[in-house]
Amino acid sequence: MKLALTGAQALIKSLEMQGVDVMFGLPGGAILPVYDPIIDSSIRHVLVRHEQGAGHMAEGYAMVTGRPGVAMVTSGPGATNIVTPLANAYMDSTPLIVISGQVATAAIGSDAFQECDITGVTMGITKHNWLIKDVDEIPRVVAAAFHVATSGRPGPVLIDLPKDISNATMDWYWPSSVDELDLPGYHPVTEGDPVLVGQAAELIAAAHRPVLYVGGGVLKARAAEALRALAERTGIPVVTTLMARGAFPDSHPQALGMPGMHGHYTAVTALQRSDLLINLGARFDDRVTGKISTFAPEAKVIHVDIDPAELGKVRKPDVGIAGDCRLVIQELLAAMDAREGAPVADLEHWWRQIREWQEQFPLHYEESEAAIKPQNVVERLRDAAPPGTVVVAGVGQHQMWASQYWNFEEPYTWVNSGGAGTMGFAVPAAIGAKVGRPDRTVWAIDGDGCFQMTAQELVTASSEQIPVKIAILNNAYLGMVRQWQEMFYEERYSEVYLSPDLPDYVKWAEAMGCVGIRAETPEDVGPAIEKANSVDDRPVVVDFRTDAFEKVFPMVPAGASNDDIVVHPEQSGRKVVQ
Amino acid sequence: MAAAGAAAAAPRGAQLTALAGGRSAGPRHHILSVLVENKAGVLARVAGLFSRRGFNIYSLAVAPTDEDEHLSRITIVVDVESAPLEQVIMQLDKLVNVVSIGELSPAEAVERELVLVTVAVGPTERQQVIQLVGVFGGEVVSVGADRLTVMLAGRPEKIDDFEGLLEQYTVVELQRTGRVALPKLERH
Repeated sequence: MKLALTGAQALIKSLEMQGVDVMFGLPGGAILPVYDPIIDSSIRHVLVRHEQGAGHMAEGYAMVTGRPGVAMVTSGPGATNIVTPLANAYMDSTPLIVISGQVATAAIGSDAFQECDITGVTMGITKHNWLIKDVDEIPRVVAAAFHVATSGRPGPVLIDLPKDISNATMDWYWPSSVDELDLPGYHPVTEGDPVLVGQAAELIAAAHRPVLYVGGGVLKARAAEALRALAERTGIPVVTTLMARGAFPDSHPQALGMPGMHGHYTAVTALQRSDLLINLGARFDDRVTGKISTFAPEAKVIHVDIDPAELGKVRKPDVGIAGDCRLVIQELLAAMDAREGAPVADLEHWWRQIREWQEQFPLHYEESEAAIKPQNVVERLRDAAPPGTVVVAGVGQHQMWASQYWNFEEPYTWVNSGGAGTMGFAVPAAIGAKVGRPDRTVWAIDGDGCFQMTAQELVTASSEQIPVKIAILNNAYLGMVRQWQEMFYEERYSEVYLSPDLPDYVKWAEAMGCVGIRAETPEDVGPAIEKANSVDDRPVVVDFRTDAFEKVFPMVPAGASNDDIVVHPEQSGRKVVQ
Repeated sequence: MAAAGAAAAAPRGAQLTALAGGRSAGPRHHILSVLVENKAGVLARVAGLFSRRGFNIYSLAVAPTDEDEHLSRITIVVDVESAPLEQVIMQLDKLVNVVSIGELSPAEAVERELVLVTVAVGPTERQQVIQLVGVFGGEVVSVGADRLTVMLAGRPEKIDDFEGLLEQYTVVELQRTGRVALPKLERH
């Protein structure tokens, strides 16, 4: 029997068919018809205060659950406000489904009220997008959108839905297979070519200074277990990029930490001196490689990526394998079993070298009794947090300290904006993460500059009873910019000073229905954290007044070679043994 | 994408190269024959990808295919100095509406292009131009009191040659289509 539905009802029903349990959004004129059936739907709708918040919440949700995040906005400014989250999700390969209202089809192109060509605007920052012009298309397009967003290299998609299409009626159906999605040009790869996998096994066996260079693709492929098996089978050291923190336990003896501009000295230098980079789901980002022409000059490269276009985009691999990291690692382990001889050479000399670097150049900051050190706040938050705590960061110094000083022991416990570097990501992403994993403690470690960009979403968190915890490392500056001006612009500070107490973060937190706490001296830090951890029925914001002069070390200056890594001034006299 | 063919002008960099080596694409160019779904916005997706990634298009021609009404063929001449060809192909392949990509090296392809030219002609030049068009196997397609519009289709080098010879006259307007290409057939 045929079931007649409006386009709006068909859209919501399609989302239900996809197993969506929550969506984030804000209604408006063009999307009004779709907000009506939400009242009767099983899907929880979280009403945000700004559409950017909806997008980042959906991203945070997706990053901790592995399920696509869903956000819904109206046309025009509603849609343009979610452009930043789409760009962010595109850079970090996060599965995100955005549904935007559009003016009626007859009005498209007429500069109608709240009209914006959002499919045109987002063409370059979505994996794909659709403008629906026929109500019968709705179930098929929704199913196709979820398929595209979640398969292959995941990413954001957008569905633009004109108001007259939402109001039209159709006979309900649901596509029964991928073949019905009308995607003749979409064929994501999964398994690696066995010949290439065999060649990779040979390269690994011949290497003397190999490094597993692990990126976000390992997390997307749910390959953390497979990675651990490969690492332990071979004894090869592991570096985890900013997008891969948690893919390999930081406490593991083979973990060298994070590479890159603010990476651990040993991780940076091990890549640099390596004779074989085994890149699993990373993309030779410029923040990791430094000056590309001098990056890891003696290394051969095995590059595994589900996106074939990444192979050779930046660094030409000796063996490039297009495939899903989990499947390729499993194939690689099988190839190692099948071949004669040890899977790796004796790495003892390599490890001796690595241990020496670790001993000489651990992460370092100077402790103080007078000022709160931001690194110390991260360490103490970490030590007081229950296992499995999800950590969320914005972008800047606080993000680097969070990545450096937290110990990530399991996958999907680190949420941050990597490729796009979106300030203001933390608060809404933390809310989305908490919605996705209500069983976990969620700590956002944020900067004062970032916090001011999206703090209004704490109103959403309070009214929806989403008890996230926000630690503001408040140094009264746009700290990372300040650091660059200090180091590279002769301390000429231009437009980076904010103010420690304008706004008053405690009052602001309280005005948004949160608990507000302030820590002004090192003695305040412990009690503030304790109090924050005792709150579990509402959001809590802690204003840590941190030392404004603190800089992130190590640092590879932008455009410089990784050989020219700048260590903490305390360590700069130390001999580099090579 | 409209049913009618479209043509895009060569970017500035490609034009400079072209001045040195004739209007026709040189050895640093490759032809991509891209089958795409015949859907709204597809040409914008392809063109947008090229501009976003910093790849240069030398010329581009697009029209529906005969084989399947749902598909169109975009023939793109790529300036491979701007990016490695492999990278261009792999990025193109990621576009969901791109169904398949064929790469044609100039040696393995038959290429054709069409040009329309309006020439200002006095009484003496009129006959000369008509003769020249005849020699090249072109056609006079429109006749005015003091102008002729002529058409020539053929290999891009032939068009270059024709265009060069027309330079001694006053060319009022000239429009080339950009090339289309298919693989050369093998003979056994």
